[in-house]
Amino acid sequence: MSDRADRWWLVAGGLFLLLSLLIGASIGPAGPDSWRVPLALFDRLPIVGIDSGVTDAQWNIVWQIRMPRVVLGALVGGMLSIAGASYQGVFRNPLVDPYLLGAASGAGLGATLALTIGRASSATWPVDPVPATAFVFAVGTVLVTYLVGASFGGNRSGITLVLAGVAVVSFTTAIQTFVLQRNLDVVREVFQWILGRLSGATWGDVRLVVPYVAVSCIVLILFRRKLDVLRVGDEEASTLGMSVPRTRMTIVVAATLGTAAVVSVSGLIGFVGLVVPHTIRLMAGASYRRVVPLSLLFGAGFLVLADVPGRMLTNPAETPIGVVTAFIGAPFFIFLLRTRQIAR
Amino acid sequence: MISCRGVAVSYKKHDALLPFDRDIAAGDWLGLVGPNGAGKSSLLRAIAGLVDARGLVSIGGVDLSTASDRERAQLVAYVPQDPLLPHDMSVFDYVLLGRTPYVGRFGLLGRSDRGITSEMIALLRLGDFANRYLGELSGGEQQRVVLARALAQQAPVLLLDEPTSALDIGHQQQALELITELRASRQLTVISAMHDLTLAATYTDALVMLHEGAVVADGAARDVLTAERLGDVFHVCVSVDIDEEDDTVIVVPRRGFPVSDATALS
Repeated sequence: MSDRADRWWLVAGGLFLLLSLLIGASIGPAGPDSWRVPLALFDRLPIVGIDSGVTDAQWNIVWQIRMPRVVLGALVGGMLSIAGASYQGVFRNPLVDPYLLGAASGAGLGATLALTIGRASSATWPVDPVPATAFVFAVGTVLVTYLVGASFGGNRSGITLVLAGVAVVSFTTAIQTFVLQRNLDVVREVFQWILGRLSGATWGDVRLVVPYVAVSCIVLILFRRKLDVLRVGDEEASTLGMSVPRTRMTIVVAATLGTAAVVSVSGLIGFVGLVVPHTIRLMAGASYRRVVPLSLLFGAGFLVLADVPGRMLTNPAETPIGVVTAFIGAPFFIFLLRTRQIAR
Repeated sequence: MISCRGVAVSYKKHDALLPFDRDIAAGDWLGLVGPNGAGKSSLLRAIAGLVDARGLVSIGGVDLSTASDRERAQLVAYVPQDPLLPHDMSVFDYVLLGRTPYVGRFGLLGRSDRGITSEMIALLRLGDFANRYLGELSGGEQQRVVLARALAQQAPVLLLDEPTSALDIGHQQQALELITELRASRQLTVISAMHDLTLAATYTDALVMLHEGAVVADGAARDVLTAERLGDVFHVCVSVDIDEEDDTVIVVPRRGFPVSDATALS
């Protein structure tokens, strides 16, 4: 439980992420030999000069196609995991994921509407309306949840907020289903969006989400100790001098903003936000002092790695990353749960 | 010194505590007794700032209604009846939470916070448990951990809601002896709600008996705990013995109905 152990875990998380990024950048169906890619990347660092033997055309594949996808994967995975950890802490509920208050269903509705109404007329627009609409609807839906929850006195206990979330999510999903059912021609597109994907990611996508993810993560990391205080209950947290409603609101806003941003570019990648924080707890202990920053690092690395098989299994179509995360993650999580239970 | 002026608590239209006035001198231990729902917890929660209360509470001249959450937590530590103990939190991390009112803007704890935490763990003889998880401790050990966390707040006032209700008689006595010891060494003012009347009489300096939100008696244990009053307030048949040698008040339950109820039944 010491500070030194905290630091070692951070180093381990950093190394895991770095390694995942290198693996992610090195593997792909086209491009240079895998072992040359790390060399080429090191070669680009200042004062380093290595002859990697990678041609300019190959480098373009690495830098313009693979790297944006890898970096976006890290941002999405890290953001969903840190948001999941924070949501679980703030609601003292281990089954909570970052989509709890409607970020996902709102984004889904927004994307559906954009694809239904806007596609044809927006072909000439300077920005793609789908992520923008998804983001606006995600934030809007969570806001509605918050207002509904607060009207029941939801600021005092998290449970009314969770219940409001359940109601609002069903409502938005119902609207989405209704719209889809009347526009069957976009079902395939919407379904693909919902399954989540990182393919076709550009540096533009990365630039779009970085500010939100950065602000959100900084706030959540600064609030990690407050999440530990919340573990003893709202009342005791308040007798320990913490303003519980304000803290809860700040954490929820930060986690939601980051989640909405990544969901709007990557679709709904499930499982990561729920299971990464739990895996960290099983490995490194339950203190949010560790769980919050480690969720960011390990979640980022995990999604980058989970994207690798998806890129290789492209026949007949690329395997959606949400399928891969669950396919690898679920057995691993069960394995970890079992070994830990035996160890205790 | 704690001063309560017209402190009253209502939940919706029900009055849980009628206006309460009293001063408690620094270093005193005041026991609150009375049946379930008498207003003991409401009074403690009002002082701790957990319920919207009317009236005024001040500690050492500081009006708590104008104090921030942090300032209040530096003045009052509160141990609830049934604290929530995360089973996978270590003893050290839990006691460290007591330093929350002193945490800086960026959520960082200083070396002194860790030092004070270790000191409290040693003081409550928990040194061997520092790295254990809360879920692995016995009831008595958990009680000491909760006390350690409250003491780590270094507040001059300690509020205890039924501090020993979950403990066996041996651990009850140990916990109360410990509080007595700490009170003397740390100059603590203690207010505790207690169910066991004999223990309340033995350990506190004075008792306040509450009934339906109102004070029905206030003073030394031997004056407050009379068989007749206990019969009226608790609807119980007891005899009260006083050990003249050391002035200990002993409340003994007896068979039969209290006088008031016996007449009602017949």
